[in-house]
Amino acid sequence: MSSSHPPNENDSDSARDPVTPRIGPLELFLAFSQLALSGFGGVLPWAHRTLVERKGWLTQREFVDTLAMGQLLPGPNIGNMAVMIGYRFAGYAGAAAAFAGLVGGPFLIMIAAGILYRNYGALPLVQQALSGMSAVAAGLVLATGLKMTASLKRNWRPWLFLALSLAGVGALRWPLLAVVGGLAPFAIAAAWGEKN
Amino acid sequence: MDRADLPALALHFALLSLMAIGGVSAILPDMQRYVVEVNRWLSGTQFADIYAIGQAAPGPNMMFVTLLGWQLSGWAGAIVATLAIILPPIMLTLAVTHLHANNPDAPLGRAIRSGLGPIAIGLTLASGCILAQSADQSWRTALLTALTIALMLRTKLNPIWLIAAGAVAGICGIL
Repeated sequence: MSSSHPPNENDSDSARDPVTPRIGPLELFLAFSQLALSGFGGVLPWAHRTLVERKGWLTQREFVDTLAMGQLLPGPNIGNMAVMIGYRFAGYAGAAAAFAGLVGGPFLIMIAAGILYRNYGALPLVQQALSGMSAVAAGLVLATGLKMTASLKRNWRPWLFLALSLAGVGALRWPLLAVVGGLAPFAIAAAWGEKN
Repeated sequence: MDRADLPALALHFALLSLMAIGGVSAILPDMQRYVVEVNRWLSGTQFADIYAIGQAAPGPNMMFVTLLGWQLSGWAGAIVATLAIILPPIMLTLAVTHLHANNPDAPLGRAIRSGLGPIAIGLTLASGCILAQSADQSWRTALLTALTIALMLRTKLNPIWLIAAGAVAGICGIL
């Protein structure tokens, strides 16, 4: 971008710099630890509650923009958001602190769950509970996928690529790298052609 | 417990992590293929159990890979699997935050997002189908999966209550 361009009318980075609060790595670590450990069944709603509503570190618009960027990049959306938000407030130390907060507590909880699963996972009662939980978990993933289709355009292009990736990975069980590597260039080219 | 080949696991998960557009559920099918079908480190049921426990615990959904790694190789497995899944995307995010932050609506960015979106959805649905295949051993569990989908599409219920209800239904021997 050339420096002669005027700034965007919607708040650009330079415009909001003076009001960006100073938030240190420790505060970021604590905030992200807290929201990660509150996040039963998904962290995103808690991130919104904590960062926008309670602490006021981000505006509604900034939160949505950060989420959109996080969704474009590979990896967990909330993890990408933690890195971007931490970096914005406190540079690399902030990014590291926010991310460590996000995964540190849940990491230890998972280890504890692993110990329990190894010792008690074979008990009939636990097996019965797990069979119910995993049937629900499968439904949750399917529902998430179905909800996301609401964002697709009503023409052949997105539905074709959806069907091909579902068939390649889900039915034929081909390696993901091959399926995505083969489909992505055509998918992006088709989307690009549609725009112009 | 089988001893998993950790360097190979790390490399495979790190490559997959860069394909996880829209979240870790997009790469779930390939994790399952690699761990269950190719290497036979876990059974399909164990994999589905681990995923379900991961969903029931607080924290980002991706953290079930910690539990997966733990189940494969203890502490070392947990640390290696978690880092392999989270580090590559973070590096990329930091790099792109620099380059891209100023114009997220650039045409190429939009084409990539709009082109990869449907693939991510297809992969997520594939994950759901594969999990359902392992989890739904009877018509009753299949019905529970279908009921979950209906409730998730119709209501704004927190998923944790559905998982708890699934556990209770299982314990009561309805399934």
